[in-house]
Amino acid sequence: MKPFNQTFLIISVAAASWLTACKPNNAATAVSGDAAIKAYVAPGKYDEFYNFVSGGFSGQMSVYGLPSGRLLRVIPVFSVDPEKGYGYSENTKAMLNTSHGFVPWDDLHHTELSQTNGEIDGRWVFANANNTPRVARVDLKTFRTAEIIELPNSAGNHSSPFITENTEYVVAGTRFSVPIGDNQDVPISSYKQNFKGSLSFISVDKTTGNMNIAFQLQTPGVNFDLSHAGKGPSHGWFFFSCYNSEQANTLLEVNASQRDKDFILAVNWKKAEEYLKAGKGVKKASKYSHCRYDEKSHTATSETLNEVTVLDPAVLKDICYFIPCPKSPHGCDVDPSGEYIVGSGKLAALIPVFSYTKIQKAIADKAFDGEFEGIPVIKYEAALYGEVQKPGLGPLHTEFDGKGNAYTSFFVSSEIVKWNIKDLKVLDRVPTYYSIGHLCIPGGDSRKPNAKYVIAYNKITKDRYLPTGPELAQAAQIFDITGDKMQLILDFPTIGEPHYAQAVSADLISKNSTKFYRIDDNANAYVTKGEKESKVVREGNKVHVYATSIRSHFAPDNIEGVKVGDEVYFHITNLEQDWDIPHGFAVKGANNAELLIMPGETQTLKWIPEKAGVYPFYCTDFCSALHQEMSGYIRVSGPGNNVPISFSLGKTNEAEAAK
Amino acid sequence: MNKMILILSIAVGLYACSGNAPKKEATADQTATTTENGNPSYDPERGTGKFTNVTVSPTLDNALATAGQKVYDVKCSSCHKLTEEKLVGPGWKDVTKRHKPEWILNFVTNTDEMLQKDSKAQAMLEICLVRMPNQNLTDEEARNAYEFMRKNDGVK
Repeated sequence: MKPFNQTFLIISVAAASWLTACKPNNAATAVSGDAAIKAYVAPGKYDEFYNFVSGGFSGQMSVYGLPSGRLLRVIPVFSVDPEKGYGYSENTKAMLNTSHGFVPWDDLHHTELSQTNGEIDGRWVFANANNTPRVARVDLKTFRTAEIIELPNSAGNHSSPFITENTEYVVAGTRFSVPIGDNQDVPISSYKQNFKGSLSFISVDKTTGNMNIAFQLQTPGVNFDLSHAGKGPSHGWFFFSCYNSEQANTLLEVNASQRDKDFILAVNWKKAEEYLKAGKGVKKASKYSHCRYDEKSHTATSETLNEVTVLDPAVLKDICYFIPCPKSPHGCDVDPSGEYIVGSGKLAALIPVFSYTKIQKAIADKAFDGEFEGIPVIKYEAALYGEVQKPGLGPLHTEFDGKGNAYTSFFVSSEIVKWNIKDLKVLDRVPTYYSIGHLCIPGGDSRKPNAKYVIAYNKITKDRYLPTGPELAQAAQIFDITGDKMQLILDFPTIGEPHYAQAVSADLISKNSTKFYRIDDNANAYVTKGEKESKVVREGNKVHVYATSIRSHFAPDNIEGVKVGDEVYFHITNLEQDWDIPHGFAVKGANNAELLIMPGETQTLKWIPEKAGVYPFYCTDFCSALHQEMSGYIRVSGPGNNVPISFSLGKTNEAEAAK
Repeated sequence: MNKMILILSIAVGLYACSGNAPKKEATADQTATTTENGNPSYDPERGTGKFTNVTVSPTLDNALATAGQKVYDVKCSSCHKLTEEKLVGPGWKDVTKRHKPEWILNFVTNTDEMLQKDSKAQAMLEICLVRMPNQNLTDEEARNAYEFMRKNDGVK
């Protein structure tokens, strides 16, 4: 035993000294005394900001309060969510319909709050699906996905869902160029001949928010990465970063990193609108799906659209211009004044800042360096305002404080760097734990940032939290930026993998929050307005159960006459008319999920019983002292047992005998 | 050293705050309870809410009662029978004889506060054990429902 002990001792001493040596790099030392108070929100008190965080490969959007980092809600958007019945209930299944059929999962990368006059207006938050290209609109009155539109001629919808300053358009650009048109069955090696990119401009109705693809720009085959709209003087323009101007179709890690510079594509969308009006668009056949959730009928519908209008910027010469940008640009961010466009080359050791005024002059002067597949390339120096020298390694994204400063995330050197836009000088830098991707300042991509915090969304968690096996929570970190120096005040774990996020003053949204759905306005085809209307109806092999829920019983709660193999539809109407009183509904053996029914709402669960017997159903959401009593039975009979349909509530043998 | 003092004073500040706040609330609550229940200024016949004086005609307003039955069917019938039988809540038979119109209208429109303050409402809660849900009736819906209760109690 002794030798073992000695070894153990030596190892622990070594470990201890290693720990000490490491200490300067440990975050604990970076947190100063008043951090806890800055992030502390007392029990019962509201946070100052809502933070809408992309859920990455979870496909959902999470909502956090800032500065506490408390998780307030996970909004199901592109992935099914059995907890809420999303994608399982008959009401919501249609939300996930695409031209590929029902798609239960996606990869949500970016969130973008709607704006009016370049300021966040608190009405909607948009999100992109990266894998099966779609854009979603979430209504901020209900915190629910209201609409999803699919993007034809697209793959890897990454540079999305960024918006123009009055939410005229939400854009979507292809990360993966693909063959487009009638013959898509072509050799992969024919990328240069056959593969194209596309940039979709989705119009947003000012009042309803309804989305429609207004037009698509067909572009050379490259990888569009991120984008941001011009604002103020540059309103009318959109800027997209792109990489793989090498047009590689294999080992992109090496082959798409050959050129010194790729591009930022400047798009004059007002000019595109003019061409569209002048009939220069070409209608192209292309199937895509459009899904909407109606708040009155509590039901989603999806339709298939067959056509999209395409503009070709290689022919319509004055819509698009390429601007060279060093080393595989990722982030493409426009400052609050609208004059400066910051490109962030993932592999670059500098940050180029382009000037909108100089870009306009370069176009007027035709200061071009030839063309790339029919699109003029502006001379780098002619568009450049200046470069931030040696800011860090691997710049990714930039947000702004509205006081003349920019905050850029650096993945490789794992830090946030604050720099001045005018003189391009670095002012402060702070480490992140670890390997930051996106970052967010409330309103940080709008004309009016509310620069109290910058939040880092990190890719690597490593030792930040208690270990939970090989898979760890992702990490976000909040820094106070009200002083000259950034100050770390809080870590909080996030769901999925957070990419872009946006934050906004809570009062802009909280005051409009829906508390319940008015039962009088319920226009669901299967609504039961009061227990008097509850019933069970057979239509061939379909059995419709019209039931109500209220604290704490279902009506009816005894149902007989269902046969093995019937399609049973439980249409449950929650009769409650008060805030925070949902009822759940689950039936034994259902091979989908539960329903979670908000007050005043009707939701439908489909159930096909496969075996004869008596099945209990019950309320899953604790609703009152007698919640455990909120249950019922449904009897399923075999083919030989001819039991008629019957239903009841409160009917007992004793009561029958008394009659 | 300075830093330590800062941390200490913040801690003391927090302690002081957290010690005070709930105490204050508790006192406020207690006062409220004693004044509402024990003080003659609280009228247990009328309860608490916006209805202080409701004029009711000796004869039934049939139009109101019909509208009230619709409200009953959707928002009330799940828990209240029209007979004397208690379901989740008490049966409605003779409810207009047990309570003044003001008390009923206040209970229906101001449910949470009534359950918190009114002793008759609290006594019913002890029997039923399910808090009456606030069904967010408008004043008009409440008045209609009241007329339907009167019809149920035999007013012609």
